[in-house]
Amino acid sequence: MKRVESIFEIIGPIMVGPSSSHTAGAVRIGRIAREILGGKPVKATILFHGSFAETYRGHGSDKAVVGGILGFSTDDLRIRDALEIAEKEGLEIEFKTVDLGEEYHPNTIKIVLEDSSGLKVWIVGSSIGGGNIIVTEVNGFEADISGDYHALITIHEDKPGMVAKITAILAKYGINIARMKVSRVKRGALAFSSIEVDQEIPLEVVHEVEKVEGIKLVRALKPI
Amino acid sequence: MVEFETLKDLIKLAKERKCKIGEIVWEYEAEVEGVSKEFVWNKMVKHWDVMKRSIENGLKENFELPCKIAKRYAKKFLKGKKFFLDDFMSKVVARALAVSEYNSAMGLVCAAPTAGSSGVIPAVIYSAAEKLNTSEREVILGLFTASGIGLIIANKASIAGSEAGCQAEVGAAAAMAAGALVELANGKPEQVDHAVAITLKSIMGLICDPVAGLVISPCIKRNAFGAVLAFLSAEMALTGVESLIPADEVIEAMDSVGRLMHPDLKETARGGIATTPTGERIREKVFKEGSLEPK
Ligand code: SF4
Repeated sequence: MKRVESIFEIIGPIMVGPSSSHTAGAVRIGRIAREILGGKPVKATILFHGSFAETYRGHGSDKAVVGGILGFSTDDLRIRDALEIAEKEGLEIEFKTVDLGEEYHPNTIKIVLEDSSGLKVWIVGSSIGGGNIIVTEVNGFEADISGDYHALITIHEDKPGMVAKITAILAKYGINIARMKVSRVKRGALAFSSIEVDQEIPLEVVHEVEKVEGIKLVRALKPI
Repeated sequence: MVEFETLKDLIKLAKERKCKIGEIVWEYEAEVEGVSKEFVWNKMVKHWDVMKRSIENGLKENFELPCKIAKRYAKKFLKGKKFFLDDFMSKVVARALAVSEYNSAMGLVCAAPTAGSSGVIPAVIYSAAEKLNTSEREVILGLFTASGIGLIIANKASIAGSEAGCQAEVGAAAAMAAGALVELANGKPEQVDHAVAITLKSIMGLICDPVAGLVISPCIKRNAFGAVLAFLSAEMALTGVESLIPADEVIEAMDSVGRLMHPDLKETARGGIATTPTGERIREKVFKEGSLEPK
């Protein structure tokens, strides 16, 4: 079990109700999807699994996820009107329920986002209690993103030395790695890495990583 | 470096330094997060502001609960003729209901320790401060006391209904509030221990059984109950009533009870009042007809 250190995890977060897991957690998962897409989404498909599938309306999880996709934080009252705001911004939304299988946490959401250039990002995230979340899949790759840290996300060609090059750039900027996850679907094709770090990731790091040969996508996420 | 694992540690530190538990927790937070004490203080003030506003909004704002089966009762309770409770206790109850109702309706609240149990601490602290004419400084210190107690409960047991039932949510909130009340009334550190122990013993084993899985029933009224319980335990402790079992051991017991609790009784809405005939009927209405679209 994760140790709670800050008292503001006990008194706090300041959030739009009614449920830490079904509302605040849902906002955060939506927000991570948006950050990984990296720009304004024009289409969102939201699939609710397990307990989320049963109760998403009553907890406002639908508005919460959309609020996150719009870039809101958990304490943004605009979450209440997220569906209307999305419509005004020209974001097309589809809600579905889905059975992802027993191995998924009961509070799990799958989000598929698309921007106007046709870039598509899909993630699977679970709300594991008290507003804490874990994103376990990004575009089919196994991931491990908590949203509590700054994180560098990459999709790159699966060849030797890629991760070393990325971590070397982080080291050059004095950025300390807290947690890291590397995964691939098939050997020699594409691979994914999520590196959670202690400091904010400057734009220069993103630009430098982008220049590494074989990198397909880089995103710097902030704690959400 | 301020370090504490148990309530006993916290009390020892407070006695050594001849200060309040809240001051120890304040210092701890600054150290653990590597920020200034002033920063931590201001952050807590911000949280307190949200709590106060949630009481106000819960009593005033025009909103409906996101479910046609449930009504708002905070205002009605406040105005209704009372046979047993005095004015003070009536306000406590109304305020706890108000925040919880506001939370259910997607209002802005401060989770304490969770959103489902967010009505207890604001109602208790606000009402106590009003009655005792407490300065804002003392109120903020009281919130630090409460959060220190909550931190211990979270790490030794749980503050999630899905892990340990409602004893970990409304129960934890009430224990946190009771401890803070003792300090607001300038009680001794040991009395905080007794107040926490008495609270958690009284609510030991309370299950989490939200009807249709929604944070409405029983959650809203349980917040009122938790608030009253906090005053009861604090008053007992302040008059010298002691708990036979120390708070740290009660917290351990709460953890083992939480582990023994069947999953059907931990937020899954598969037991307790959620599966009563009426509970089932409401679930059906809510989900099959999709009649739950919040206004
Ligand atoms: S019944 Fe469950 S959801 Fe409701 S307040 Fe208690 S722990 Fe939270």
